[in-house]
Amino acid sequence: MGAAANYIDERTSISGLVKEVGRKIFPDHWSFMLGEVALYSFVVILLSGTFLTFFFQPSMAEVTYQGSYVPLKGIDMSAAMQSTLNISFDIRGGLLFRQIHHWAALLFIAAIGLHMLRIYFTGAFRKPRELNWFIGFVLFILALAEGFTGYSLPDDLLSGNGLRIIDGMVKGIPVIGVWISYLLFGGEFPGTAIVSRLYSLHIMLLPALLIAMLGAHLLLLVINKHTQWAGPGKTNDNVVGVPVMPVFAAKAGGFFFIVFGVIVLIASLFTINPIWNYGPYDPSPVSAGTQPDWYIGFADGALRLAPPHWEVVWGGYTVSFNILVPIVVLVGLLGTVAFYPFIEGWITGDKREHHILDRPRNAPTRTAVGAALMTLYAALWGAASSDLMATHFKLSIDQVIHVMQFLTVIGPFIAFWITKRVCLGLQKKDREIALHGHESGRIVRLPGGEYIEVHTPLTEYERWTLVSFNEYEPLMVRPNERGVVTPLERIRASISGFFFEDRISPVTKAEIEASHHESHGAIEEGSGGH
Amino acid sequence: MADHDDEAPATGSAVEKSEPQKISAGTAVIPTDPFENPGEPPHRLRITDKDPAEEKKAARQVSTLFFLSIIFSCLAVAAYIAFPIKEGDTGSIRLNNLFLGLGIALGLLSIGIGAVHWSKTLMPAQEITEMRHLTKGSDATRAKAAEVFELGNKESGFGRRSLIRNSLIGAMVAFVLPGVVIFRDLGPKVDPNVVLRHTLWKKGMHLTIDPTGTRIKASDVTLGSAFHVIPESLLKSDDLLEEKAKAAVLLMRLNPDDLHEPKGRENWQYNGIVAYSKICTHVGCPVALYEQQTHHLLCPCHQSTFDVTENCKVIFGPASRPLPQLPITVDADGYLVAQSDFHEPVGPSFWERDR
Ligand code: HEM
Ligand code: FES
Repeated sequence: MGAAANYIDERTSISGLVKEVGRKIFPDHWSFMLGEVALYSFVVILLSGTFLTFFFQPSMAEVTYQGSYVPLKGIDMSAAMQSTLNISFDIRGGLLFRQIHHWAALLFIAAIGLHMLRIYFTGAFRKPRELNWFIGFVLFILALAEGFTGYSLPDDLLSGNGLRIIDGMVKGIPVIGVWISYLLFGGEFPGTAIVSRLYSLHIMLLPALLIAMLGAHLLLLVINKHTQWAGPGKTNDNVVGVPVMPVFAAKAGGFFFIVFGVIVLIASLFTINPIWNYGPYDPSPVSAGTQPDWYIGFADGALRLAPPHWEVVWGGYTVSFNILVPIVVLVGLLGTVAFYPFIEGWITGDKREHHILDRPRNAPTRTAVGAALMTLYAALWGAASSDLMATHFKLSIDQVIHVMQFLTVIGPFIAFWITKRVCLGLQKKDREIALHGHESGRIVRLPGGEYIEVHTPLTEYERWTLVSFNEYEPLMVRPNERGVVTPLERIRASISGFFFEDRISPVTKAEIEASHHESHGAIEEGSGGH
Repeated sequence: MADHDDEAPATGSAVEKSEPQKISAGTAVIPTDPFENPGEPPHRLRITDKDPAEEKKAARQVSTLFFLSIIFSCLAVAAYIAFPIKEGDTGSIRLNNLFLGLGIALGLLSIGIGAVHWSKTLMPAQEITEMRHLTKGSDATRAKAAEVFELGNKESGFGRRSLIRNSLIGAMVAFVLPGVVIFRDLGPKVDPNVVLRHTLWKKGMHLTIDPTGTRIKASDVTLGSAFHVIPESLLKSDDLLEEKAKAAVLLMRLNPDDLHEPKGRENWQYNGIVAYSKICTHVGCPVALYEQQTHHLLCPCHQSTFDVTENCKVIFGPASRPLPQLPITVDADGYLVAQSDFHEPVGPSFWERDR
């Protein structure tokens, strides 16, 4: 042991940690890298953001622009906007770092979204990882909040408009809405406080929460150990993969530099958020065709889909259902996502730990529910571009909105139905393959004159991957100890029926044996895998 | 986690074995004759494992990539110096951004690709198997933990001394209160429900062009034209943006026969010139797109559409309320002036709006 290592260990006992973690095993699969992409882009965000704080002035004090960007010279704007322009036009590498920061933020949220989808569709959220799913969900919300607060800081026309929409939404909240808006903006919109307040959140509170949550997320990952795909040699009791030291460290470390490099490459080639084209915030100018950053789109779209006149006055008080209903839909969507693992766990009643991932097809209803939620999200998101679609496809805006309203309501059901059918179809095909082997494409004629296709038998490794998955039955309601069937249990049973009524069971050993005695079993190539 | 290693793996690791389940599987179907797991397939050697020449080649590639990275990073520093920003020259900014960025990006990518290549070709590829254990602590550990709590409870008397406990809970709730109350002064003292009702418009206030502030002669407003308007006093206001966010107005001239005003508002217009709040009643964007032929106003944010001939009632989109109308007339010299403030709050609806 080196002298330095000895020095440190004598003061920290770090050898225990190294022993514990140094050879921890990480399974390898491309889909497990999505969380890593999120993590690495977050590091890039922290690095580039810190550079920006050295120059950015979070102040709405009015100044007259005198910087290098000629078209805006002499125009009144806030100090925040001016300093953002200075970063872009007067500081070498400033524009690059602004663009790195913004692109990294977009990648961060995209990676979180994909990471979440991979966790969902593979069932990685099941016991014991329900809490880590919830922590992940909080990270997702924090990331959105980081994105929105950051977007609002330069105080340009677009960010001001975004804030105005938030102000309007907040005012629509019954009873306390006006007061929230008033306290948030330090008086009437836009006021002179909001940028510095959002700045405190953006660079202090939210990152601190993110880092704390991220620490918990990764700690639980280490405690629970990573899940793995079903495959030969992999069981629910083991974890097969590469050790942290050195292989995983080298791969993951290298991957960090690749993610970082790709972000810088994009930032050096593609402009993002050219605030100098928008100008400083002014409550009055037109801003047609402008879009929020893509991840806010679903919220904006939800606002657009409310039909006219959804506002009532009850007992002298105004209730804005055109704002409340979209908010309820969004909260409902996010709430379903946040609590999904607990809901599924309640329905199956399965208290075992699960470390082997489900192939999406082997949990057809879960996969179909996921597809339905994704469709709802996509329809809301698409609605945020209704004006662009209308001009692009030469339709009237009314038509586009009506189509999107239809898709928002009906689309999830269609997606559910199609996805479930596809999953069941794929499962049937898996059964066929497990029983009879792969179709070889070779047709032979039997002595009796009949034509059949030769099937290549599976190796036992291939078969294991196809047959080892979980199956659940619908719940039968049974009276509890006091001889009553509780309403809650009835609900559970009916959801359970919805989940598991249509299902394809995994192939059993007996079925395989039976299939070998079938007539054409005789001409399988080779002798089968066992 | 640490103390698991010292235990026999038998403690509850039997999740998937055919031993009787101690843990409820819920509605899961447990197969009666499960397949045997065939175990790991045989490990396949890589070309770098078999051929020393290939191994050398891979090692050379890795170090070459790391050397390249050094060069790219130096080039980035050189680009920082070689491509300065020249005032007023946007091209110089583009070059600075491009070459500094490329240098940094390629420097990073070379490290990354080198490290991944290293791990894939030269580090052991054989996968390793590690055992899992149930996440929960062993029974002995859990018993110890329970004992700690019990002892804590006994020694402190937390459960027994209910007066201490309840007063502590009360104190814990109360101590948060000042922390909530202290946020009251995030906003000014005046009631927002009062300030939201008033704008800079008042009797005799001149309508002026946004953003120059020049007065508008009624005779200059031709049929079919539209003006973006602010109150004359706005440019001298201390709260310019806040006032503008409420007072911005759109002025249009239509054929008087096309206007269908409700009773009592017939003289809010002047010769077919009408003024409406520009602040969308949905969530407050500027409603700034005027379609001359249809006399529709369109909000660019969520496409609420207002019909100017029908007193700006909503004909499409998520907004609920017509845009408030500003009553106008002309002064002695023929310049447009307001007759009064708006008669209702402008902009998004809020709880006490109709009180
Ligand atoms: C700031 C955002 C996030 C970061 C940086 C992050 C990072 C990571 C990383 C590096 C891993 C291990 C690699 C992997 O399996 O992909 C992981 C695993 C996991 N994440 Fe996240 N994550 C984030 C957000 C989320 C979200 C939004 C969810 C779900 C709501 C989530 C749920 C999980 C779960 C359940 C695991 C364990 C996966 C397994 O063992 O198979 N994470 N996360
Ligand atoms: S703000 Fe005008 S439609 Fe939403």
